[in-house]
Amino acid sequence: MTDIVLEIEKLTIALPAGADRPNAVTDVDLVLRAGEVTCLIGESGSGKSLVARSILGLLPGPHVRASGGRILFQGQDLLRAGPAEMRAIRGAGIAMIFQEPMTALNPLHTIGRQLEEVFRIHTNLSRPARRAKVVGLLESVHLPEPARLLRSYPHQLSGGQRQRALIAMALSCQPRLLIADEPTTALDVTTQAQILHLIRELQREHGTSVLFITHDFGVVADIADTVAVLRRGDLVEQGSAQAVLGRPKHPYTQALIAAVPKLTPPPVRLPSKAPFVIQARDVAKTYGARGPFGGRVTKALAGVEMELRRGETLGLVGESGSGKSTLARAVSRLLPVDDGEILLSGRDIAHLNRWQLRPIRKRIQMVFQDPYGSLDPRQRVVDIIAEGPIIHGAPAERARAEARELLGLVGLDASAANRFPHEFSGGQRQRIGIARALALRPEVLVADEPVSALDVSVQAQVLALLADIKTRLELSMLFVTHDLRVALRICDRIAVMKQGQVIEVAPTADIYAAPQHPYTKALFAAVPGANWQDRTAA
Amino acid sequence: MRAGLSRFARNRLALLGAALLLCLLLTVILAPVAFPGDPFRLAGRPLQPPDASFPLGTDTLGRDVAAEVAYGARTSLVIGIGATLGAILFGVVIGGLAGFYRGTVEVVLMRLTEFFQTIPAFILAILIVAILSPSVTNEVIAIALVSWPAIARLVRGEFVALGGREFVLACAGLGAGDARIIFRHLLPNCLSQIIAVGSLLIGTSILIEAGLSFLGLGDPNVMSWGLVISAGRAVLRSAWWICTFPGIAILLTVLAINLAGDGLNEALNPRLRDR
Amino acid sequence: MRLIRYIGYRLLLAVPVILGIVVLNFFLIHLAPGDAASVLAGETGAATPEYMAQLRHKFGLDQPLSAQFLHYLLNMAHLDLGYSFRNDSPVAALIFDRLWPTALLMVTAFVIALALGILLGLIAATGRNTWRDGVISLVSLVAYATPGFWLGLMMIVVFAIRLEWLPTSGFDTVGAYNEGWAEVADVARHLVMPAVALALFYLALYARLMRATVLEQAGMDYVTTARAKGQTERKVMTGHVMKNALLPIVTMAGIQAGNLIGGSIVVETVFGWPGIGTLAFDALQSRDLNLLLGIFFISACLVVVINLVVDLVYVTLDPRIEI
Repeated sequence: MTDIVLEIEKLTIALPAGADRPNAVTDVDLVLRAGEVTCLIGESGSGKSLVARSILGLLPGPHVRASGGRILFQGQDLLRAGPAEMRAIRGAGIAMIFQEPMTALNPLHTIGRQLEEVFRIHTNLSRPARRAKVVGLLESVHLPEPARLLRSYPHQLSGGQRQRALIAMALSCQPRLLIADEPTTALDVTTQAQILHLIRELQREHGTSVLFITHDFGVVADIADTVAVLRRGDLVEQGSAQAVLGRPKHPYTQALIAAVPKLTPPPVRLPSKAPFVIQARDVAKTYGARGPFGGRVTKALAGVEMELRRGETLGLVGESGSGKSTLARAVSRLLPVDDGEILLSGRDIAHLNRWQLRPIRKRIQMVFQDPYGSLDPRQRVVDIIAEGPIIHGAPAERARAEARELLGLVGLDASAANRFPHEFSGGQRQRIGIARALALRPEVLVADEPVSALDVSVQAQVLALLADIKTRLELSMLFVTHDLRVALRICDRIAVMKQGQVIEVAPTADIYAAPQHPYTKALFAAVPGANWQDRTAA
Repeated sequence: MRAGLSRFARNRLALLGAALLLCLLLTVILAPVAFPGDPFRLAGRPLQPPDASFPLGTDTLGRDVAAEVAYGARTSLVIGIGATLGAILFGVVIGGLAGFYRGTVEVVLMRLTEFFQTIPAFILAILIVAILSPSVTNEVIAIALVSWPAIARLVRGEFVALGGREFVLACAGLGAGDARIIFRHLLPNCLSQIIAVGSLLIGTSILIEAGLSFLGLGDPNVMSWGLVISAGRAVLRSAWWICTFPGIAILLTVLAINLAGDGLNEALNPRLRDR
Repeated sequence: MRLIRYIGYRLLLAVPVILGIVVLNFFLIHLAPGDAASVLAGETGAATPEYMAQLRHKFGLDQPLSAQFLHYLLNMAHLDLGYSFRNDSPVAALIFDRLWPTALLMVTAFVIALALGILLGLIAATGRNTWRDGVISLVSLVAYATPGFWLGLMMIVVFAIRLEWLPTSGFDTVGAYNEGWAEVADVARHLVMPAVALALFYLALYARLMRATVLEQAGMDYVTTARAKGQTERKVMTGHVMKNALLPIVTMAGIQAGNLIGGSIVVETVFGWPGIGTLAFDALQSRDLNLLLGIFFISACLVVVINLVVDLVYVTLDPRIEI
């Protein structure tokens, strides 16, 4: 048994009156030990971030407060510590890093100044000594050119660099406990792998105890020594990573783990010989940011080639900025393209004007990422679904009747028709969005990250629905995702995009078994918890 | 919207504002009953201090200040609301076109908006009224012409933000025309903000109107608060009441509008709700 | 070096604005009922027929509109704003004579409004929902609804007529012929009331804005980061929140520059402050429209310059703006 760093006993956090439940978390017990990474995993709304914040006394505002229990750190109950005592612990004994590395840094201060601040607070070091320490810290998190970075502002760094800077900041006083609140959720998968590696490395080096908050079982598999599972404020299971991931006891944990798409090759399917329904030929798109002195232009698409056969699902995968969403919108003609051809059943639609496009619109429909932003908050569900057919001349009554039927098809109750979007959960909203797309009886469904904003259990349901509908309605589907697990699960072929180009395209089984391009290899290697499901299955 | 109204009702200051506005409205309606006849009519001896027969005193010519204040309310409200409606109409069109069509249209229209926001609005209003000759209509035109940029910027910002939202993209993907997207999706979704900002604009418009009529640019045939103050200025030393009461009327009116407008803003604009 | 380039760029951007003002002025002249020459001459009948003829020729009023505009543009480029018959002086000279008192009044009011507004907004935000917040919010609500000219009149009644603490009007005591510091003190005594009357509305505006932005910024992630470092609440406020909250204030100060000039017209009129405002009021009384147009032009140019300065302040405050 290693020594205990922090002990949470019967922690209860009260929510303001009118919230969906009286307590965010109830009677949470958690023991964090030196040299161990403890993952607190839960879906959105489980209260996991509030547990993390309560340790440092950073709960938001007067309404959310710890109403019971104890948090013992070095013999002191943090829930009862005074402000001065808390300040002495924050940043020195316990440090924290956050989900959004952009907003977690003050935009108006240089990186150097923000890192130095910790030493100004907790030490009496002279200015040159502080500077030297900061440079050393930046080196220890493997940031290039520390001397230059000192003078940089947060907006001049990439997301991964910012998170590294925040980690450096958190580790400056060699805290005994590091709290990491979803530190890699906002990052790309390759960057995520690097950051996870870094946290692991530094944690081993200093014997730090880490409380790692996440929703991602893959990340848990990569980094955790012990795991605690939180479900709507209740800690349902905890134990060693091996035990919880390998032999989950609680049904909720079992369901969660079962819902994670396996990173395994799909059964080999015969290559489709169906005709192409969509072909992108040398499509180019540039976003221009005109500034006072010419400004920057970004090439979102640099001569993309892409083909979608009738009845197949083609996955477009890539990291942020790879152009995958731009391509999806370009083939849906929601964005004008600069150059190239987009052929729909052999006919170029890239340069049609809006009137010529109207009949085309019915044939290609899109499902969007954001379940909160993709439905008009002021429209009833039935009107949202019926809008497409009404635009294309269907009588309003018939369109509404068909909309009600569609609700059944996407697995929603008919009573949903007369309600407004805000009354539904994220997964239900995605179903509404799918019904809206289906109302026009399209040939091609373009799904732009349709499950990335959803919790893993809901994600599995929506994926199953999409697969089912695709087969039943004989649709062709272009499926954009950043998540290789999801892509492996649903796609027939996968196209990997990088810097506005498709760098590799192959049948799913082939690309999994033998990725050709080094970048594809790197992508697969970076998937968190790449093979824990195989390991545990064996 | 209904949730917004109940939030408004829980805001005590906003309710105070609404109550004050109700009093103002009653004043406007009851003015011809309480003070029959022309407010320009000479009612008594000039420069009488407030007493039982003239609770707010009389002015330099012997007109009843109370009658002047009561009739002035209508002028202020008519001009304030009229100018605001004009500004909203103009601002929505300019801001909407800029925010929807983007590109060159946006650059040109927003430069125009910035231009009108930069130049000294009050002096421009003075010039317009002075050139067109003082009348209620011209005051409304002048005030509307200098107040629309705030609305245009708001609407443009909202349209740009909403235009990036996926439901608008989805609607375009369904094959909807511009008119449908603008009138069915964009405008309804920024209506509450327009109402909130517009309500505050009424207060500003009333202040501009008071300033204009104080400088002698009010409609000479219509009673207004600024006019009374400007006439009472010369006898400030001996008859303080002539200037004081119309000013208090302006203050209370604008205060009431701002309180109610702030309440509306908080109730309808979720981003501000936690303040 | 980059800053100089940026200044050059901003100056370039100011050109179309100035041009726009000229166009607007030209449009306003022709909006006026009757002969444009009579507008330019000022009060109808005050000018001699010879002068009217000279005006028509000078402004090319006998020529087509485009030629007239060209004439007008050339005159404006030379800062030739015409001649005021009523004042028997060139318009430009009249305005420049009055510029200094107006600048003094505006700068004083601006400094009062900005400094106190920021301070009060900060106090209100940090003591949110306490009595201090309540009092400050109430006072700024009332101040935000008070017409400056009426406030000025009421201040005259109380402080000048009843209490006799301060002079009612003017720039300095007539006939006192003070020298040096005595003159400064005398002007300052005259300045107090107009500056306060002009400043109060903007003070309320900045206080409200500052309170709102401080509360908004206080909820940001970087503030939580600073707390998680162990920083004291006071330092979190002064070191992190303040500077971020000042950015919208600076923007607002730029937007309000034009309104500050407009507000100074009525306030100057009330206090007989010998600036552009009083000049405008006199021009209005004598229907000297050309003088008014000149005042509009010069004050608009002034606002353009103020906005340039505000922009420069902003880029030095915000490193995210690439210049």
